[in-house]
Amino acid sequence: MELTRREFVKLSAVAATATAAGVTVPGAQAALAVAGDSGIRWDKGVCRFCGTGCGVLVGTKDGRVVATQGDPDAPVNKGLNCIKGYFLSKIMYGKDRLTQPMLRMKGGKYDKNGEFAPISWDQAFDIMAEKCKTTLKAKGPKGIGMFGSGQWTVWEGYAAAKLMKAGFRSNNIDPNARHCMASAVAGFMRTFGIDEPMGCYDDLEHADAFVLWGANMAEMHPILWSRLTDRRLTGKGVQVAVLSTFSHRSTELSDIELIFKPQSDLAILNFICNYIIQNNAVNEDFVKKNVNFKKGVTDIGYGLRPNHPLEQVANNNGYPGADGKPKGNPGKADPMTFDEFKAFVSEYTVEKASEISGVSKDKLLELAKIYADPKKKVVSYWTMGFNQHTRGTWVNNMIYNVHLLVGKISEPGNGPFSLTGQPSACGTAREVGTFAHRLPADMEVTNPKHREATEKIWKLPPGAIPDWVGSHAVKQSRDLKDGNINFYWTQSTNNMQAGPNINGEIYPGWRNPANFVVVTDPYPTVSAVSADLMLPAAMWMEKEGAFGNAERRTQFWRQQVKAPGESRSDLWQLMEFAKRFKMEEVWPAELLDKAPEYKGKTMYDVLYANGEVNKFPLTELKKVNEHGIKNYTNDESEYFGYYVQKGLFEEYAQFGRGHGHDLADFDSYHKSRGMRWPVVDNKETLWRFREGYDSYVKKGEGVKFYGKPDGKAVIFALPYQPAAEQPDNEYDLWLCTGRVLEHWHTGSMTRRVPELYKAVPDAWVYMNPEDAKKRGLKRGDKVKVISRRGEITTLVETRGRNKPPVGLVFVPFFDEHRLVNKLTLDATCPISKETDFKKCAAKIVKA
Amino acid sequence: MAAISKSQSRRQFLLDMAKTACGVGMFGLGLGLYSKQARALPPAAIRPPGALPEPDFQGACIRCGMCVRDCPYDILNLAKPEDDLATGTPYFVARKIPCEMCEDIPCVKACPTGALDHKLTDINKAKMGLAALVDQETCLNFLGLRCDVCYRVCPVIDKAITLERVHNFRTDKHTMFLPTVHSEHCTGCGKCEHACVLEVAAIKIFPVQLAKGALGKHYQMGWEEKKKAGQSLVAPEIKHQYNLPEGFEYEQGRGLVPGGSSEAAPSPAAPGAQPGIPQALHGDKL
Repeated sequence: MELTRREFVKLSAVAATATAAGVTVPGAQAALAVAGDSGIRWDKGVCRFCGTGCGVLVGTKDGRVVATQGDPDAPVNKGLNCIKGYFLSKIMYGKDRLTQPMLRMKGGKYDKNGEFAPISWDQAFDIMAEKCKTTLKAKGPKGIGMFGSGQWTVWEGYAAAKLMKAGFRSNNIDPNARHCMASAVAGFMRTFGIDEPMGCYDDLEHADAFVLWGANMAEMHPILWSRLTDRRLTGKGVQVAVLSTFSHRSTELSDIELIFKPQSDLAILNFICNYIIQNNAVNEDFVKKNVNFKKGVTDIGYGLRPNHPLEQVANNNGYPGADGKPKGNPGKADPMTFDEFKAFVSEYTVEKASEISGVSKDKLLELAKIYADPKKKVVSYWTMGFNQHTRGTWVNNMIYNVHLLVGKISEPGNGPFSLTGQPSACGTAREVGTFAHRLPADMEVTNPKHREATEKIWKLPPGAIPDWVGSHAVKQSRDLKDGNINFYWTQSTNNMQAGPNINGEIYPGWRNPANFVVVTDPYPTVSAVSADLMLPAAMWMEKEGAFGNAERRTQFWRQQVKAPGESRSDLWQLMEFAKRFKMEEVWPAELLDKAPEYKGKTMYDVLYANGEVNKFPLTELKKVNEHGIKNYTNDESEYFGYYVQKGLFEEYAQFGRGHGHDLADFDSYHKSRGMRWPVVDNKETLWRFREGYDSYVKKGEGVKFYGKPDGKAVIFALPYQPAAEQPDNEYDLWLCTGRVLEHWHTGSMTRRVPELYKAVPDAWVYMNPEDAKKRGLKRGDKVKVISRRGEITTLVETRGRNKPPVGLVFVPFFDEHRLVNKLTLDATCPISKETDFKKCAAKIVKA
Repeated sequence: MAAISKSQSRRQFLLDMAKTACGVGMFGLGLGLYSKQARALPPAAIRPPGALPEPDFQGACIRCGMCVRDCPYDILNLAKPEDDLATGTPYFVARKIPCEMCEDIPCVKACPTGALDHKLTDINKAKMGLAALVDQETCLNFLGLRCDVCYRVCPVIDKAITLERVHNFRTDKHTMFLPTVHSEHCTGCGKCEHACVLEVAAIKIFPVQLAKGALGKHYQMGWEEKKKAGQSLVAPEIKHQYNLPEGFEYEQGRGLVPGGSSEAAPSPAAPGAQPGIPQALHGDKL
């Protein structure tokens, strides 16, 4: 034995060092301290990211969120999280948090071309109010606009909608959910007359087959995917069919993988209906009792600017025609019979569907049989593949066609289920009614009765709420560019990265010298630095909040920590800004005469200090939350002097109670891990529209789609039509955009988590190896991806998680250094106005 | 706590080293040689693709640095005198920056001596090392979470790393996706170790001989051999018949199944769980 103990030690030290080489452990000590320390306060919360709505427990110490854990008692996730959820505690602590309002200035004054400089909140509201008032004087309410978010808390969305629609009397407010769920909303409203899925996540444990239509759940709804996989794994004979325009992590599990040509999902759905009818698989009793048939108009255009050639020839796009009158209505549909529907879909034979879609006949038949087999319970899931589609409303209607024909709906394990992208696209954007055409609880601004009901709850004189549909997301960009909107405020969203056709439509509008653009965000996003004024936002656990997830579950959390510096919540910003306006400055004299008590008051007084919102005194905070946090309070309530969130929520809840959107009382949500509405007599609703499960369906009624006056859902006859832009000789590839598991949307939070940044630092262009070879490219080569609207430089990826077929490339949109939305086309579904981010034409050349 | 676990692991490490050393000593190789080898290539240092076995590589490599020069991603380093491996030889550390697996393998092409074997023309055949998921206690997917970052960054995804699906008995509703490395396809590029989001990676690249186990030659995996042969290695099998109550069938391998002949067949398990029994009726309540 030559080796001494000392040498042993030396050797092992070297080995240990080498093993640890390159491992940086910042924060390791903090984490260990946490594990051994009992000084952490734990409280329940909700994940900040996708629409799944995973419950988390949030650990705070010394005014800082130091750790999180998956909430083992949360029914949605039972203690699990995805990799974004694992890093929740880090998202608030990026080094470049905005902590002060920043205004573009030159020589101490606002200048559109100035440099960002810090200012006080007073100065920020001064310049905002000045610009807003100037615009109101010059252009009226149509000259201002707001762009919000499915990541707003429920009360933020509600306060914003009220500020715009009642205060400023402008319906030019839209959420980023327009890019995300608008087609689902329009689909629900058209087919069922009421928004949001009938089923819930428990369907996952009851279905015999799952069909994914344009949803990569494996990456985008990771925890739901592990539930679906478990059903596939543990249930006998459970099948998974995945339809997509390229192979990805969800197709990897599938029993049937159907890679179809972009847009041909329309043909496949009609084929399935045809198959069901031809094979006598129609559930005739169900259809007779519960379904009407309608034929939709088809010549509806592509939501492009009215001067686009495709819109010139469209006669039902609703745009002004030569005579100034709207050219038809894209949402129009006329009654038809079952036999007429049968004849309509009869041309969609398996041969035709196979030809249009490129999917083999065998696979199409296998898919159709899943729906047609009366013994098989089937749930269809979809997300952006359906919604971001120039026929997004149609394709939503058409999946309902399939489920309605066979009666597989509104019962455990049977149903169409529209998955939500954002944490509160349902709870805030949809239920609260922050869309340009909506009011709370599915009501619409164009309906006089709905306006009247809203005016009553909001204590407004008749006629206060404008009857015109405001500008939707894409239209807002066009309005800014054209100088029709001159004052614009966005919160909790990053449209300069996430919106379509950045170069052509969005950036020119924001930088239009006539316009003043305000961005509220925790971080200096692409949008924030493109604006004129950045307002620092409190985020997530820095404010009291509520989200509503995809299964109608409303979940609350308490404020855990203070926001850094002078950051304030979106809610505080909206309410405080309202104080800057006297009613005389925002309402015409005739209207104010109808409510003389509002004369001389501020918008804040009328909208928020209205006897409802300010109804609950500060003592309520302690009473409601004592079980969670001793002597609890929150910043907005302290500032305004009453329990702001409770007041807003209880006023808002009046809209839905008794109307199929019943929310429980405010206090209950602080004591529960969420409840699924409608909550009637403290009972949640798991499956809507079915007797026994849904208290709105009376005994003996069986199934009742009570969103429609006659209780019947609608099957729509709608054809296959091509996309707005298709590859040609020059732009020879389909370009599809989307997300990756590691990053949330535009990456403004997840790219600031070092581990997530390292896991996926850059957005590469995924392409088929053959396509690369054809262009003389290999993996890792620098290329330009070019469309008719712009170009980006990135690297070629021919391996890895996504495997596009020949002719299609995929680029994620999280990377602010490669704005793929410079390339996308601002074509929308003409009914839902949602952009098609999945289809445009591009080419790739070596850079 | 940190101090305790550190000293524990240190003690364990010393013990392991002693055991290994004794083993080595028994084979008469001598500890001096062992320590020299350990210095020659620490576990975290990975040679470029196509590197000859370590002793041969050290003999063939002329320390010219051409491979380092031609690496388009600046991944390779030349060992410095203070580094614990032969000075001037190329290596990379996966946790710092992994190999990008260039299709044209410029580092190998650049090698003037064949220390990086020019016979390697398909980068997918490289064996720079072998990934091993060494810590199941901290791997997030073993805890049931949905990380699987190592899997998605793997350039040979679904071959070199697969996600093996296992029921999560704790939640009873979810599947655990266990990252599993397949040595046949793993090139040792190190992307998985690099991307592992933990503070210390749970998956690491090791020299193949350190990471790889070996089955005894006296045993073969029957299911694999059958697959290879495309049929049973032993045939034929008589047709079996069984004493059964009415309405039941029994299949070799599958076990008891209710037959389709009798509607009233009692189900041995929960209704709906067996094929042949309608799993769903319209409007049924669960």
